[in-house]
Amino acid sequence: MIRNILEYLEETTKQMPGKNAFCGKDSALTFLELQQKAKEIGSFLVGYKKRNTPIAVMMEKTPMCIAAFLGCVYSGNFYTPIDSTMPKERILSILDTLQPEVLLIDEKSKKLANNLGYTGEMAVVEEILGCDIQEDALANIRKTFIDADPLYAVFTSGSTGVPKGVVIPHHATINLIEWYTETFSITEKEIIGNQAPFYFDSSVKDIYVVLKTGATMEIIPKQLGSFPIKLMEYVAERQINYVDWVPSSLCMVANSGTLELCAPECLQKIMFVGEVMPTKQFNMWKAKYPNAMFANIYGPTEATVDCTYYIVDREFADDEPLPIGYPCENTDIFILNGDRLAEADESGELCIRGRCLAFGYYNNPEKTEEAFIQNPLNPHYPEKIYKTGDIAKYNEYGEIIFMARKDHQIKHMGHRIELGEIETAVNSIDLVETGACIYDEESQRIVLFYCGAEATQAYILKKLRDKVPKYMFPNVMMLLEEMPHSLNGKIDRLVLKEYYENRE
Amino acid sequence: MDELMAILTELRPDVEFEGNTELIDAGELDSFDIVSLVGELCDTFDIEIGAEEIVPENFNSVEAMLALVERLQED
Repeated sequence: MIRNILEYLEETTKQMPGKNAFCGKDSALTFLELQQKAKEIGSFLVGYKKRNTPIAVMMEKTPMCIAAFLGCVYSGNFYTPIDSTMPKERILSILDTLQPEVLLIDEKSKKLANNLGYTGEMAVVEEILGCDIQEDALANIRKTFIDADPLYAVFTSGSTGVPKGVVIPHHATINLIEWYTETFSITEKEIIGNQAPFYFDSSVKDIYVVLKTGATMEIIPKQLGSFPIKLMEYVAERQINYVDWVPSSLCMVANSGTLELCAPECLQKIMFVGEVMPTKQFNMWKAKYPNAMFANIYGPTEATVDCTYYIVDREFADDEPLPIGYPCENTDIFILNGDRLAEADESGELCIRGRCLAFGYYNNPEKTEEAFIQNPLNPHYPEKIYKTGDIAKYNEYGEIIFMARKDHQIKHMGHRIELGEIETAVNSIDLVETGACIYDEESQRIVLFYCGAEATQAYILKKLRDKVPKYMFPNVMMLLEEMPHSLNGKIDRLVLKEYYENRE
Repeated sequence: MDELMAILTELRPDVEFEGNTELIDAGELDSFDIVSLVGELCDTFDIEIGAEEIVPENFNSVEAMLALVERLQED
């Protein structure tokens, strides 16, 4: 039985030490090199003499970053990837929640880290590498290790403005990877074209699939994500045969007409995750790749990346939604209407039960208790389920269909965003009296309404640069004399929607 | 030029476009911006921007974007 994801690495290293595991544009690590570097970093971290504590990693997206993650695991601790392009305030807010034992940085992120004003312990990975591997110390840690120890924590948007750190144990990740590699027949022949940033949990799958199967990950340079033809040329150049991309990226390739100019034959497995895949663009891909395997995959971070999947096996009209399909192996999905199961054709909240569940949010018992609750169908013994906040139902084939969110969480360009986080940031700007956001699904625009005539749009965006990541910027801003309120005193978002639809 | 600047400043009022020659290389414009921008340029200038034109060189500066638009208008 696998208990620690390092067992994947060690087994694969034994079998194919010289094969490339992770490749960037200009650098690569073989499995043996990866294991070596990870152990060096682990040996350094052992010096802190801590177990199951968080270690923050703020590095460039390179193969060495993976070595740093695994170094944290070797040391008996867990890692949290930090996006260095986030505004300072948000990085500090995450570090404040996390209180990491140490912040691992690299030469590239050093300057940024020094400007953060962070007062905790920091270490530069390049300076750690080459230190003696303490095999005995590392082996001792493994002896006392259990599969319920945490592996990573990733932060997602929080509605009150404070990001939440989802804590995931080894067993949940192993549960995911065992199912995934079997279902999609992933082997050492796979060349994975990774676009998901490492601070997004969908990259977790790409990373551990490599460790388990001996596949190779090609880290696609971020900038290519904006330029579809360059992206597909890179797929051809690196002979990538498997991708697991967000729909916004797949749509950009389809909508720009790139597939007519460049559709490399090497691509065989095409997965979409993170948000709803529009069927029209899916059909454009399908027409170009009639023999490829396509799968629509769904899951919140709190249930370790994936919890349902649908391998597309029939034709879909452009206006027919792609199902999110069936539960992953060893995962139970059910749809609740209040405290009872929804009837056959009734919609309700999608809930999850199983090994895949996160432990909760780091240092945030309130939010944890709201989302991870006792199974209302089971009054007999303690059993946690996760309430996703997603509204779903079964179609006539018994497949699950995602319908909508029940709150103000949105998916925008593959990013999970709480509109409340944007509103909190906007409301903290001095010249803004009040602000509220809605999302226009159709044109994928975040729409901000605000009061405060002195605040120009440029002023608001310039202030937001220090507070929220770029992908949370409003795409349309509308100045109001007064914010509409409903009878119970809440901002009336239906009226806002009308304002938006009737603008100009 | 004025029309182009109007589109750009509406899209990203927080970015200093004038004299900036590494809008893409420095990461000022992301994929969402590029997608929106391409749509706006096509509508406003009545041109078609094919995938082969959506490359970093054509979007790194206002001048490069203007040259792209003018070239496509002539076609």
